[in-house]
Amino acid sequence: MDKNISFTLKIWRQKSPKAKGAFAIYEMKDIPGDTSFLEMLDILNEDLVNKGEEPVVFDHDCREGICGMCSLYINGHPHGPEGAVTTCQLFMRKFKDGETITVEPWRSAGFPVIKDLIVDRTSYDKIIQAGGYVSVNTGAPEDANTCRISKEVADEAMDSASCIGCGACVAACKNGSAMLFVSAKVSQLAVLPQGKVEAARRAKAMLSKMDELGFGNCTNTRACEAECPKSISIINIARLNREYIKAKLKD
Amino acid sequence: MWLSNSSIGRKVVMSVTGLALVLFLTFHMSMNLVALFSADAYDMICEFLGANWYALVATVGLAALTVIHIVYAIWLTLLNRKARGTERYAVQGKAEEVSWASQNMLVLGSIVVLGIALHLFNFWYNMQYAEIAELTNVTVAGTAVGPTEGAKLIELTFASPVYTVLYLVWLTALWFHLTHGFWSALHTLGWNNKLWLKRWQVVGNAYTTLVILGFAVVVIVFFLKSL
Ligand code: HEM
Ligand code: SF4
Ligand code: FES
Repeated sequence: MDKNISFTLKIWRQKSPKAKGAFAIYEMKDIPGDTSFLEMLDILNEDLVNKGEEPVVFDHDCREGICGMCSLYINGHPHGPEGAVTTCQLFMRKFKDGETITVEPWRSAGFPVIKDLIVDRTSYDKIIQAGGYVSVNTGAPEDANTCRISKEVADEAMDSASCIGCGACVAACKNGSAMLFVSAKVSQLAVLPQGKVEAARRAKAMLSKMDELGFGNCTNTRACEAECPKSISIINIARLNREYIKAKLKD
Repeated sequence: MWLSNSSIGRKVVMSVTGLALVLFLTFHMSMNLVALFSADAYDMICEFLGANWYALVATVGLAALTVIHIVYAIWLTLLNRKARGTERYAVQGKAEEVSWASQNMLVLGSIVVLGIALHLFNFWYNMQYAEIAELTNVTVAGTAVGPTEGAKLIELTFASPVYTVLYLVWLTALWFHLTHGFWSALHTLGWNNKLWLKRWQVVGNAYTTLVILGFAVVVIVFFLKSL
């Protein structure tokens, strides 16, 4: 059994995109260690609602690490100090009794704060809309054996495809660059025969959308890779660079 | 033009100019080592290069590379600051995978610029420039030196502990710059995969260390000789 812990929460509160935000302090008592971070915030919010106060607003959906909605910057790390988990899969047993836990929204110009801990991540959707798909009409499913893909390639595509679009890479990056996300979304298709056909067009379209939206220039600091809840590798960034440079040299 | 209006293009310019500078450093370091063995041979190299047309063309090319690298470095940093926004985290954690050098490339680069300025003043001004200006002699530390007497100039410069320390600081900053810069440049060109990432980092560190040691050894030996 996990012990119960008590701790201080220091949470960023901000009424609206333009309003000036500030930290609010909340004391949490006797929280069981097997409470997830988001459940813990639910407990806080229930308490706030009962007291007639405004609850803390935060993003979440699946609560099982697959949707990418949860997005908290906890104690100096996106998705908390533990590696390779999303905020929804982070449990209170990872924190110490009496600790102060600081919770902030993603802070990057590409992700402006909407309210409290929620940021606007529609820029990611725009990048996907720019080319993160396969546009051929595939018709009825063909026999799997007619298009064979080696285990290594399938694994690589799968690893890239595990990106959940949470934005922790941008949140962690001192350059506000979205390269890890964009490169994962380019790679998951570029390595497969179905996606290869449009690889050059896709790389160009998604990258220029990323630049247009004001994300930064990647300088390979590797902060994104270190903080990504899905351990997406910067090798994807090398692949995107390669695809893009090849496409531009051909033009 | 994609080399200026796309983020990857801008990075390619950083990368190619950076790698060209690394190549230059390698040649420069190799020539310096000659000074350790023979002052006459070193002066011969100085005379061969001097202010001949090919040396001047190379100097202009090198200056252009350096200026492009620096202008792009400042431009990139400004764009990245803007992309980062004005809000900062109250608590900023560290990840051990993130090297200190990679977070401080502009600071390191700025120290390198100061070093270059000092170096131009110490050597280029007294050698190539002196030749262009058709001076037969310049006076350094109270001694007359001809524009192709490189070995003597090294001797005079590193007799000063201040210059010795400044040059070593400069070289250290350059070492840090390149421990990140070397593999990063290849990564930017897309020349990387899971296996080669680690290999390039090892190769980069080893190469950088050799080049910097090559420079440092000349500085240190001439300083010790002067004692
Ligand atoms: C002998 C001198 C120099 C050499 C050999 C050199 C080499 C390099 C290399 C190889 C890179 C990596 C490029 C990449 O990541 O694609 C780089 C990046 C960089 N350099 Fe230099 N550099 C030198 C001087 C300078 C100077 C004088 C400055 C600035 C004042 C500077 C600032 C930067 C910055 C800001 C980056 C970007 C960081 C990055 O892209 O990782 N460098 N340099
Ligand atoms: S690359 Fe990782 S950190 Fe970035 S959006 Fe995808 S899952 Fe999140
Ligand atoms: S809520 Fe879906 S990944 Fe965390």
